[in-house]
Amino acid sequence: MTGSGQGVRETRTPRGAAHVTGQGGSGEGMRGASAASRSRQPGGAGLRLGSILVFLLLWQVLAATLQSATLPAPVVVFQRLLAEISSLTLPWHLSITLARVGVSFLLAMVIGTAIGIAMGHWRRLDMFLDTWLVLGLNIPALVTIILCYVWFGLNDWAAIVAVAINKIPTVVVTVREGARTVDPRLMQVAAAYRLTRGRTFVRVYLPQLYPYLMAAARAGLSLIWKIVLVVELLGRSNGIGFQLNVFFQFFDIAGILAYTLVFATVVLLIEAIALRPLERRLTEWRG
Amino acid sequence: MLEIDIARKIYPDRGGRSHVALQGLRLAARPGEFLCLVGPSGCGKSTLLNLIIGLDRDMEGRVTLDGRVPDKGIGVMFQEPRLMPWLSVLDNVLLVADDPQQARPRAIELLRAMELGDVLHTYPGRLSGGMQRRVALARAFVIEPPLLLMDEPFVSLDAPTADRLRSMLVDLWQRRRSTIVFVTHDLREALALADRVCFLSAAPGRVVLEMSVELPRPRAPNDVAVLELQARLLAQHPDLLAGLVTTEPPNDA
Repeated sequence: MTGSGQGVRETRTPRGAAHVTGQGGSGEGMRGASAASRSRQPGGAGLRLGSILVFLLLWQVLAATLQSATLPAPVVVFQRLLAEISSLTLPWHLSITLARVGVSFLLAMVIGTAIGIAMGHWRRLDMFLDTWLVLGLNIPALVTIILCYVWFGLNDWAAIVAVAINKIPTVVVTVREGARTVDPRLMQVAAAYRLTRGRTFVRVYLPQLYPYLMAAARAGLSLIWKIVLVVELLGRSNGIGFQLNVFFQFFDIAGILAYTLVFATVVLLIEAIALRPLERRLTEWRG
Repeated sequence: MLEIDIARKIYPDRGGRSHVALQGLRLAARPGEFLCLVGPSGCGKSTLLNLIIGLDRDMEGRVTLDGRVPDKGIGVMFQEPRLMPWLSVLDNVLLVADDPQQARPRAIELLRAMELGDVLHTYPGRLSGGMQRRVALARAFVIEPPLLLMDEPFVSLDAPTADRLRSMLVDLWQRRRSTIVFVTHDLREALALADRVCFLSAAPGRVVLEMSVELPRPRAPNDVAVLELQARLLAQHPDLLAGLVTTEPPNDA
């Protein structure tokens, strides 16, 4: 059946007449920039510096009060630190530890992300692997390290695998949560426009996981640092962990504190120079 | 030429029973035609669009565009803008282009024509609903689609914003002459936009009435001519919008 409209002379009514096509009308114009212009807390850097100075002061007071070899004064530790740096001993061990941390971190992130995405995407796989995941989360790091050394020998790969195995389950859990929250409506846009799999993954899917990946990376780095030290302490002949063990044998507290200071500083620097700017860049659209 | 011949589209419901969404639906759109589909809620309008886009291929029947199953190059606008919040306005438009570098000048030109030239590098979250719809419209047109599918794209906008967007849409369509299939439940909107309006019945959806709209352009939903046409139509078919026009379905459906 076909009806036919009549050709009627064009007549326009004033815009803004009562005609609402849906609920909660939404108008034109830029939204307030309040969220985007979230300002940094003034004086934040000063507060941080003050906090460090107070810490050093307390340390100095405590060391002066105790007068014990178990707590050397900050100056003694810094002198020891300079000596270790100038002899290149500390940079050498630090670089080895950093390499182990880097490789373990990458391995754990790549494998954990892949498994997390798969588990978030396929319900049956999630159900199948969930028990393994719980097991992985609850096995003590020490057990994994010992088993890896026993199975693969006292070598670097065993050390790296042990660290990665400890970290992978936590990455999986975080990324799986992210994969479950992927917006199907955005994926539908990619499908409707027939975007390639690669472009869909990189431009549509992965950005939805960025907050989860960053959370996994930040938590992961702090965990991996600690596990790498244990791994080095137990079965390697170099690295910060090995050195700490040597200092412990000789009751060299200044050495332990010097290496610990450097270790903590490097972690803070990685966080400040790499992770935070990366996170800001990846999530700047949130305003 | 878009040709749709769907004998049946069935959904399994939660109880394991079959729910027939579309039945005996035949429809065609000429190249460059602006076709509006009007029907009550739940009549299968969005289902039909998903079948045309190819997001869903599970049906008895076929959909062809120029004799072939539609594949790449269909422009789509959903009820919500569905922009990627982590991409700038320009990158959102370029996302769907096969060659983003080549499409860049065209995308910028489109966005400027839609008065979005100042926000090319702004994230969508900073834009109003109306501006986001304009970006989605530019995204749909940047691939110069032979077919553009629109699923109630201006719903939930205030009247002036929706009017402005309709005017932009018609302007783009007149310059580029894509075939447009525009789904709406708003009869006045359909009469203001379409060359032809097809009315769908309540589920299972099928075409129960077709009419050409021969009003001169430009038109707006509140034009007297549109209102008069709507009144005449509703007087002739009082149950039209409820999808209760009693027309026998095709025998082979």
